[in-house]
Amino acid sequence: MNIPMAVECKAINKRHSHFQLQDVDLSIEQGTVMGLVGPNGAGKSTILRIIMGLQKPDSGSLKVLGHSMPDDQIAAKRRIGFVAEDMRLYESETIGFHMDFIKSIFDTWDQDYAATLLRRFDLIKDQKIKGLSHGQRVKATLMLALARRPQLLVFDEPTTGLDPAVRKEVLDEMMNSLQDETRSILFSSHNTLDIEQISDYITFIYDGRIIESKDKESFLDSWRRLRLVNIDNKPLPDLPNIKQIQQSGRLCAVTVNDYDDSTADQFTKAGLTVENIEHLTLEEIFICNVQYAKELKNSRINS
Amino acid sequence: MNFNFTFSQADKRPMYQQIMEQIIQRIAVGDWPPNTSLPSIRQLATEIKVSVITVKRAYLELEREGVIVTQQGKGSWVSDTIDMNELRHEELEQHLEQAGKLAKSMAISADELLNMLKKYT
Repeated sequence: MNIPMAVECKAINKRHSHFQLQDVDLSIEQGTVMGLVGPNGAGKSTILRIIMGLQKPDSGSLKVLGHSMPDDQIAAKRRIGFVAEDMRLYESETIGFHMDFIKSIFDTWDQDYAATLLRRFDLIKDQKIKGLSHGQRVKATLMLALARRPQLLVFDEPTTGLDPAVRKEVLDEMMNSLQDETRSILFSSHNTLDIEQISDYITFIYDGRIIESKDKESFLDSWRRLRLVNIDNKPLPDLPNIKQIQQSGRLCAVTVNDYDDSTADQFTKAGLTVENIEHLTLEEIFICNVQYAKELKNSRINS
Repeated sequence: MNFNFTFSQADKRPMYQQIMEQIIQRIAVGDWPPNTSLPSIRQLATEIKVSVITVKRAYLELEREGVIVTQQGKGSWVSDTIDMNELRHEELEQHLEQAGKLAKSMAISADELLNMLKKYT
């Protein structure tokens, strides 16, 4: 059976004066949540803007909900909800004004759902935008996007700057929208906890390239930290999947990806004792991945 | 339906294992007797706000352990051949494993740990 794709990017390239996206391949199955992780300036927002048709790639092909972008973006955008921090609302108008405004444009607007969301988010229709706190503003824009019942929700940094209670409200409502299994979510975040909690798939971006893109369970499972004791000061085996080595006297912690049982055997064969094999949190993987990618980039520049 | 799963951020185990544990506890205390229908994967995921793929993994592992039965199109339910003793045994093993790891990291020997355990039996 062919699973319908919410997003299909193939070999997307985009050059800016100080930054470029290189050969970005990204696929999102319908009904799933994709989290984009990467440090500031890695290209997360650029990818989201290209997917939204707000920027045209220099090369590559892109389909969103079956529509070619940016050519067919009008049809696609009827079914996409986009929430980003720089989203402009009319400051001197009320939340209710924006609800009526969006209702007049999109025929999929669900008034009952909008009312439910207002209540759950503790928002008041007659509130003016300029009086809203940051958290209320994020909740208002999310409500405006979700009440259209979009097939794809694209959310740039949903939880940045939110207090833990509002952050939970936002994530909860994102998850609630997935009760309908044809809906998909693509979001970027540098809050690794959010990504770890709600994404089905994780794409790691660094310096305009995709470093890894996998389902979350395999992603988290493939990274391990091995705690080793190196009594005889033997050289470590030269494995391609070693991402980080931290040595302190006879103790050594080695972080690897693409882990399987043979990895540990290699260290035993080299004369080291494997004391413990640990899982990593997404945050630890994030930091390790960034450091490794940085070293790789610097060694490329220096050679 | 409200399932009220509670997760701990301080728990270092992967999330799918925490979900498995919460399901096994519900079965072990008799809240979910044999043949009880489990919520669908998506239903549970959206209810407890954890990704679908993580809940799917928990269900797959529980099926592998014989705790639940899953049939394509029919959903999942608690196995009726389930051995309560074995289930409790597994839970005990998990706790012992945690205790063993902790003891090791604190350089407590096996004998010492055994002596400490005697206090509770």
